Amino acid sequence: MNLDLVIFAVSSVVAIFSAIMVFAQRNPIASVLYLILSLLSQAVLYVQLGALFMGAILIIVYAGAIMVLFLFVIMLLNLRGTEDLGLPSHPLSTPTKIIISTLFAVQIVLVAGRAALPPVTAGMLVEPDPTFGSVTEVGRLMFTEWVYPLQLTGILLLIAVVAAVVLAQKERSEDEPVVTIDQAGGPADPPTEKVG
Amino acid sequence: MSDFLYLIPLLPLIGFAINALLLGRVPRGLTGIIASATVLGSFLLSLVGFIELAGLPVDQRQLTQTLFTWIPLGDFDATIGFLLDPLSAIMVLVVTGVGFLIHVYSIGYMSHDPGIGRYFAYLNLFTFSMLTLVLADNFLLMFVGWEGVGLCSYLLIGFWFQKKSAADAGKKAFIVNRIGDFGFLLGMFIIFWQVGSLNFLEVNELAPIAFGGSIGLVTAATLLLFVGATGKSAQIPLYTWLPDAMEGPTPVSALIHAATMVTAGVYMIARTNVLFMMSPDTLLVVAIVGAATAFFAATIGLAQNDIKRVLAYSTVSQLGYMFLACGVAAFTAGIFHLMTHAFFKALLFLGAGSVIHAMSEEQDMRNMGGLKKYLPITYITMLIATLAIAGIPGLSGFFSKDEILFYSFTNPQGHWLFWLVGAITAGITAFYMFRLIYLTFHGRERMDEKTKSHLHESPRVMTVPLVILAVLSIVGGYVGLPYVFQIGSFTNLIADWLKPVMAPGQALAAEAFAPTVLAAEGGHSTALELTLMAASVGLAVIAILAARALYKSDHAAVTRLKERFAGVHKLLENKYWVDEFYGATIVRPIVAGSVFLWKIVDVVIIDGLINGMAALTAGAADTLKFTQSGRVRTYATGFVIGAVLVIAYFVYLR
Amino acid sequence: MDPVAYVMVAVVLFAIGSVGVLISRNIIILFMSVELALNAANLVIMAFAKAHGVTDGHVIVFFMLTVAAAEAAVGLAMIITLFRNRGTINIDRFSLLKW
Repeated sequence: MNLDLVIFAVSSVVAIFSAIMVFAQRNPIASVLYLILSLLSQAVLYVQLGALFMGAILIIVYAGAIMVLFLFVIMLLNLRGTEDLGLPSHPLSTPTKIIISTLFAVQIVLVAGRAALPPVTAGMLVEPDPTFGSVTEVGRLMFTEWVYPLQLTGILLLIAVVAAVVLAQKERSEDEPVVTIDQAGGPADPPTEKVG
Repeated sequence: MSDFLYLIPLLPLIGFAINALLLGRVPRGLTGIIASATVLGSFLLSLVGFIELAGLPVDQRQLTQTLFTWIPLGDFDATIGFLLDPLSAIMVLVVTGVGFLIHVYSIGYMSHDPGIGRYFAYLNLFTFSMLTLVLADNFLLMFVGWEGVGLCSYLLIGFWFQKKSAADAGKKAFIVNRIGDFGFLLGMFIIFWQVGSLNFLEVNELAPIAFGGSIGLVTAATLLLFVGATGKSAQIPLYTWLPDAMEGPTPVSALIHAATMVTAGVYMIARTNVLFMMSPDTLLVVAIVGAATAFFAATIGLAQNDIKRVLAYSTVSQLGYMFLACGVAAFTAGIFHLMTHAFFKALLFLGAGSVIHAMSEEQDMRNMGGLKKYLPITYITMLIATLAIAGIPGLSGFFSKDEILFYSFTNPQGHWLFWLVGAITAGITAFYMFRLIYLTFHGRERMDEKTKSHLHESPRVMTVPLVILAVLSIVGGYVGLPYVFQIGSFTNLIADWLKPVMAPGQALAAEAFAPTVLAAEGGHSTALELTLMAASVGLAVIAILAARALYKSDHAAVTRLKERFAGVHKLLENKYWVDEFYGATIVRPIVAGSVFLWKIVDVVIIDGLINGMAALTAGAADTLKFTQSGRVRTYATGFVIGAVLVIAYFVYLR
Repeated sequence: MDPVAYVMVAVVLFAIGSVGVLISRNIIILFMSVELALNAANLVIMAFAKAHGVTDGHVIVFFMLTVAAAEAAVGLAMIITLFRNRGTINIDRFSLLKW
């Protein structure tokens, strides 16, 4: 009995189970928590694959930042999972869709089975390769070979931030008067700024 | 010093630009003066060119000017270039000289017409195109002028476009000419294909080598060029447009449809005489067509009552003479006749215009008569022209016509039949021309009182050109004295003048017809020449006397004759029903075919196909649009199914 | 452990993510399913990086995480706007873009 195998099996099962639970129950907050659980299990798999740094990033950025954003939106919209979602009105029923997706998965598995990968053993207990997946190595690559994509990613993030602000800001209606000092009758009330 | 050549066609173009661009803003009195002045300028420049040319040694008489390259295409360059050689010099002088007189005449004739600015603009544009045609140094530029004069002819025939018959006549002229132009283009292509150049001088030089032994191709090329000439110069089978062209103003008939444009075909053949000389078959065809046209048109002229139509058929007939001359390889005689014909036919038309002007637009000779005392100048000048065209010795027509007849008898390409047809035609010509004179100027005054009270001689601006042309009609012939009358150095000037242009062709023919040519040259029999001359003049005199007997005073004899030969008269009066024949055999089937194409092919098949496709698409879209439900999840399912299928293809089928 | 096993897990996760996209009507849950599928792809890349012993795969995954963050920000902003305008988060209600 290999400890690595146990860790792999447990993380996989947890990741898959919580992934199913993301949509198998109705409470959105629970969905977010299940997704975080799935991501944590995947982080374990990352570590098993020798990517300590990326595992940490996955937890910090994904489970930490992005999922908090989801939670924040759910709470902002005050969703409880009891909203009227209407009747299922699709030409294809849910089981059909599941079968189609399963077919898809099976096919990918078949393709993956054909792949001729080098016989490598992954796992935490295997002697780690110091040049593979370390922070140093990732950092070196990121700022040498991949420096232009890195810059582009920065620009992408900037655009995304601006876009999110523009999209989500409340449009001021035409008839809403802009409050000025003169109309307010005193300097105490500053002009209303647009709030994103 | 030949860099002024471009000015000759340019000046009328400037006149056109002034009159056309400032249409309606130029004072009425000034339009004609501007137009005439530009043509006069061209005439003076032509004279300068002519004198300069005459000053050169005989074998160097060529002035060329290349303005710029128009179309550079690989190793082919179409240039805008002008060539003034003895041949084009004569043509330029005729075009600008006669053209100028007709411009001046038009000032008087068109003075009351509201469209006078448009008229002079067209007339200048015509002169420009004609000069381009004549001065062009290559086929392509000549074709530009060729099309230009066709366009102007169309515009001027349909000048009074409010009149349906005038508009129709314009269209007819344009379409019939187009058939000929098609032949011209094809001929040009063959020449370019074989010779690799369209420049006249180069073609003349290279053609004998380039075509080598392939007489068939030369024959094809020249026949196609001749088709072009038949269209432009109104020969059988494309002559039907010219009589209808008389719907235009009379000065236009004089300038375009008598003196200049219609002779473009003759000029073109003379210009390419080297090619024509290489193909005896084509020459034979040209001669036959020319002789046949001369004869048929003359017979039609016998029975026409419209004064301008008589002249129109006379023009067709005289053009036939010119082609007969070309066909028997007497190009010089053809050009000579072209020149004299320009003088006396322009004079006849202008005289007819003067008569029509006086008769308040009446053109039917049956309603005229006795005009002699009202229009003395017109009468005398027209009589001179009539004597000239009838071939009475001493006047220009006699010299040129007899030269043609003589060569059609003696030249190796000729035949005594050609001479016979030509001589008989000369007799008929004399008859119908004197019929015209007697019906118009002599006998009882048959017009109504109102017209009669308006009768007047035309103003000076119209009669002066008549007088000048009358003088030219008399003396014009003395540049081409026949062999028998040549005294000392006073020889056949025009033949000597044109010799440099015709020499290469004659040299070619000399190879082909070596023995006979020599015989003809050596045995220029004075007796034969005099006999032939006497025969044709005798025929003409008899015809004139017959016309006098029939038409001088009472027409009873004419009526009896008409009854006796009712069938023949009807045939002639209806112009052999050629128009009706063309209508039935060509126009009607084309119209029927077009209607078929319109109603069946276009409306049913093509529109049906397109509408069917549209209906099919619309129907399919009506059904398939429901797949566009707007539901994102359905689309996503579509993606996945697609992905499954694509992967399945790569996994299982490859 | 053979990296192929990780690939298989990732494939299963991806299938689950796609099922979630196809069947959930709640737009936020649908969006989370997209994230799930994206992460499955990341896992595949990690597995291949291990198999070939190159760290470049990690850099790519890093970029994909960045893109996912940007995408989540923009997507959630859109969801907020949609909810504000239509008062619902049912994806089937947003079907104006049709025939």
